Amino acid sequence: MSHAFLEVSGLSKVYATKEGNDFTVYDNVNFTLDKGEFVCIIGHSGCGKSTILNTLAGLDDPSAGAVIMNNKEVKGPSLERGVVFQNYSLLPWLSTLSNVEFGVKARWKSWSKSKVREHSTRFLNMVGLEHALNRKPSELSGGMRQRVSIARAFATQPELLLLDEPFGALDALTRGVIQEELVKIWSETHQTVFMITHDVDEAILLSDRIFLMSNGPNAAIAESVKVDLPRPRQRNTIFQQPGYYPLRNYLVNFLVNRSGEKPDTTSGKPKEVNPLADLDLSGAPAEGAAADHTPQHPRAVNQ
Amino acid sequence: MMQSMPFRAALLSIVMAVLLFGIWEAAVVTPEKSTEMTEYEMLMGGAEQEARVPPPSDVLKHAWDELSNPFYDKGPNDKGIGIQLAYSLYRVLTGYILAALIAIPIGFVVGMSPLMYNALNPFIQVLRPISPLAWMPLALFIIQDSETSAIFVIFICSIWPMLINTAFGVANVRGDWINVARTHELSPLRTAFQVILPAAAPTILTGMRISIGIAWLVIVAAEMLVGGTGIGYYVWNEWNNLDLNSVIFSILMIGCVGMLLDLALSSAQRLVEYNE
Repeated sequence: MSHAFLEVSGLSKVYATKEGNDFTVYDNVNFTLDKGEFVCIIGHSGCGKSTILNTLAGLDDPSAGAVIMNNKEVKGPSLERGVVFQNYSLLPWLSTLSNVEFGVKARWKSWSKSKVREHSTRFLNMVGLEHALNRKPSELSGGMRQRVSIARAFATQPELLLLDEPFGALDALTRGVIQEELVKIWSETHQTVFMITHDVDEAILLSDRIFLMSNGPNAAIAESVKVDLPRPRQRNTIFQQPGYYPLRNYLVNFLVNRSGEKPDTTSGKPKEVNPLADLDLSGAPAEGAAADHTPQHPRAVNQ
Repeated sequence: MMQSMPFRAALLSIVMAVLLFGIWEAAVVTPEKSTEMTEYEMLMGGAEQEARVPPPSDVLKHAWDELSNPFYDKGPNDKGIGIQLAYSLYRVLTGYILAALIAIPIGFVVGMSPLMYNALNPFIQVLRPISPLAWMPLALFIIQDSETSAIFVIFICSIWPMLINTAFGVANVRGDWINVARTHELSPLRTAFQVILPAAAPTILTGMRISIGIAWLVIVAAEMLVGGTGIGYYVWNEWNNLDLNSVIFSILMIGCVGMLLDLALSSAQRLVEYNE
């Protein structure tokens, strides 16, 4: 039997409350990731997205279920799984360059000093920070700090990159710029990425697939939505692609109207959906789809 | 014209010092000899008439004399101020460094392990409030050496702030940074030295700074007890000599050296400080 690059099966997380009751955040979460895939996960607060990500990272133990990567069960953190945390998690006593070198040195212990430096500088150049190598994180803006964090994660070249809502704390303009940098760096390295986001547009821009999570407690991944839009995608033109709004409306509709429904997880994998499969995207929008072109607003859910 | 803040502050300090010394100088004028001295007073050499707090001009003149030859040694009862301070500094630094060598590693372990923290906490809580001088009789009996006993007293008083601050600093290292170490598969030793130590260093240095301050306070009292040498002995000896000039001068020197010790630690603290 062939296995996917990453397999998550029957994952659940139960916390004991003070009253002695069990509180199940999510239950029976199943999904697979293929190598080189970019997958975003969207869901309302409290559905356990971050816990799932931490479990993939090996920082958190599941109450039940298992994560299998490359046919090996994930037990504890590893350099094969890089994490970008929402709050950047840079070491504030180290300069920008030293923060990236910290990761590179941990990854390749035998590398010479100059090789570590050269490699780290290359990744900092990719995120446009070549002018800030010697600055401390406290002297950087939030956007620049997150770039350092992304550079550190990509520089260690893990097999799986886990991004925990990396742009959540950034303003919209900065976010847009870094999203493009993320697209750029990802298209150069083609790492497998699993990312949490609250931003539907961000998810469409970046992902191959989008996981939609139902609300907690007892949350689960309800659907796996294929993003059937051609790459390379650009932030300023992706809106003009014919499939964009139908897809966006589908996602927003789920989050606003359907995320409260209990998904059927008995099949052991999320329902595969491709909202664009029935649309004729070659030319003019298909009949009936025209009405879908009016965008719905909540741009970002979970405000 | 507006001058800079430090300049104005310095100016104000000088004005205050002049005022203070002026009032002091005026307040301690030699009492007029009102009557003929009695035979007893003559026998005493008029000592009582002279017994007064010396004015600052005398103290400064005396300070100048002492500081221009700080390292003379004319026997056990008459050594230069530099020698006395050197003895005190030697005791303080020996006891302090020994305390740091023990307190910081133990504090590290205590901070890392909630079990150790809870197990050691009662001991720390009972031992910490004991005045270091209370250990002196026991130390003298066990160690049988006054010199080493003084060092032991410094050791025991400087160990607690360093131990407690190190444990606190280590225990409160942000979980995110520990996670960074974990996701980079750092060994426990590397995590300790590359993440926890730099993260806790400002708190550890704060403990070290508190300790050196306390050690310097305690050495004066300890040396008054053990005698022989040191700045504390010097103060007490000059009191016995009724040389108030020297007493006031040595009080000022204690203050100056204490300030220098604190300055040294605070600049070390600046080296390890970071902004989040």
